[in-house]
Amino acid sequence: MILQTSIVIAFAMMSLAMLLNLWRLVRGPDTPDRILALDTLFINTIALLVLGGIHFDSNVYFEAALVLAMMGFIGTAAFCKYLLRGDIIE
Amino acid sequence: MLIEILVSLFLLIGAGFALIGSIGLVRLPDFFTRLHGPTKATTLGIGGMLIASMIYFSVQTGQLSLHELLVALFLFMTAPVSAHLLAKAALHLKVRSIRPYPVESENREGR
Repeated sequence: MILQTSIVIAFAMMSLAMLLNLWRLVRGPDTPDRILALDTLFINTIALLVLGGIHFDSNVYFEAALVLAMMGFIGTAAFCKYLLRGDIIE
Repeated sequence: MLIEILVSLFLLIGAGFALIGSIGLVRLPDFFTRLHGPTKATTLGIGGMLIASMIYFSVQTGQLSLHELLVALFLFMTAPVSAHLLAKAALHLKVRSIRPYPVESENREGR
């Protein structure tokens, strides 16, 4: 009972956090702001997946979280490389 | 019952830190201060949630569940790297900052 209640509260907090990230992604005055918001969205999605794994009592969400962690880092690194050099693979 | 309270505590702490990081991302005045929120608070929040998941699945299945440690380790290694890359890109683009940029000295090679 106490676990279900706190899972619902945590879901609400993570959704609010992702909405705030989305606002920064749309609004962000500069490109690095948008990349930072996208990176934070990735990390919050991992948190949401872990939360879903506990809620549905299933282990399959973990693999998705791992893949998402790698994809988020590679995406951020590629965007930053593009901003720094104007090219990703030289 | 005790395990449930422990898991709930870690979940709420993790979600709280993630929320604080996102509020920092929205509220802080310029890019270099905004960089602090997500890279520190949100990473710590993820750590709390993964600890909760680790405890929950260890109790649920009866054997030690350590694969959440992989995600935690990966995130704790990559968060500083991506923050460094973002700061470098922002310095290169000279985005708006509340403090003036430092003057580059003459006799230094490269950056």
